[in-house]
Amino acid sequence: MIRAMTILLVYQLVGEALVMAADLPVPGPVMGMMFLFVTLLVRGSLPEDVQTTAQGMLRHLSLLFVPAGVGVIVHATVVADAWIWVVLTLVLSALLTLAVTGWTMQLVKGR
Amino acid sequence: METRVEAIWVYLSQTPLLWLTMTLLVYQGAYWLYRRTNMMPIFNPVLLAVIALVGILTLTETSYTTYFEGAQFVHFLLGPATVALAVPLYLYVGKLKEMAWAIGIGLVVGSVVAIVSAVLIGRFLGISDVILLSLAPKSVTTPIAMGISEKIGGLPSLTAVLVIMTGILGAVVGRGFLQWIGIRDRSVLGFAIGLASHGIGTARAFQVDDEAGAFSGLAMGLNAVVTALLVPLIIGWLV
Repeated sequence: MIRAMTILLVYQLVGEALVMAADLPVPGPVMGMMFLFVTLLVRGSLPEDVQTTAQGMLRHLSLLFVPAGVGVIVHATVVADAWIWVVLTLVLSALLTLAVTGWTMQLVKGR
Repeated sequence: METRVEAIWVYLSQTPLLWLTMTLLVYQGAYWLYRRTNMMPIFNPVLLAVIALVGILTLTETSYTTYFEGAQFVHFLLGPATVALAVPLYLYVGKLKEMAWAIGIGLVVGSVVAIVSAVLIGRFLGISDVILLSLAPKSVTTPIAMGISEKIGGLPSLTAVLVIMTGILGAVVGRGFLQWIGIRDRSVLGFAIGLASHGIGTARAFQVDDEAGAFSGLAMGLNAVVTALLVPLIIGWLV
């Protein structure tokens, strides 16, 4: 588990460094994810401890968003006056995005 | 006695241990409730835990800064967890190749709809320009969205709020809505949820099914890149 955690952090570190160096519009961890994916493809196999650790973390991915979510209280007042319209916009836009993405993919896949 | 308890509280409430433990305890409670209700979307553990913690912080008059000193240890794990998304993706690489076209086209179309719909609907409803600009990148993961917002003249901190609200929204309604409009394929379902509602949607997708989670994580990563490129290009036409 410690070995797997070290691997994940090394990939994140490399990702962060590259994003900084090349001024890319991607978060470092996302870059690290792409790197790890390519490594696994080239390697052709997945070490058991990496699989166990990764799946264990992802099962509780929700937990990791809680601290940022609580941060909403700090800034929630900015939308205070218009909040109902903002929420309505978010809901409509989310439904539209989900539907159009889903239908488009279904359509392309079905051909 | 009273002063003794008070003294202990004053001490503990300033240590990272209290708020780290509190975050984990509240999450355990929220997750228990979520399981008990058979993972009913409205009992989303992020939503429940955030509401409960905001309540606790308000009642105890604790600042977010103090809270975050403890909670940062949980927050930090978002980085390695994002890297870990490569693992489920690798496990579904066969399906990924099979769906390459659907993913590519779905990604670009979905990304444009996420940005344009938010700005146009918001403008129609009379929302001010600065909120509209903060709204444009709402479907992508927080650090990217805040960066985009700053670049185009929005308020990054407001964007963070809108991003999290969008994530919770996608996690709560995403699956039910997609099934209702006839999307059955798990990878399509996951991809649409990840594109519209980034990591929080992805967390929910993983609870539903590994395949949905894998494609949701992929969509989150890809949409971060596409949105960062698109928003600065098209925002001038919209606001």
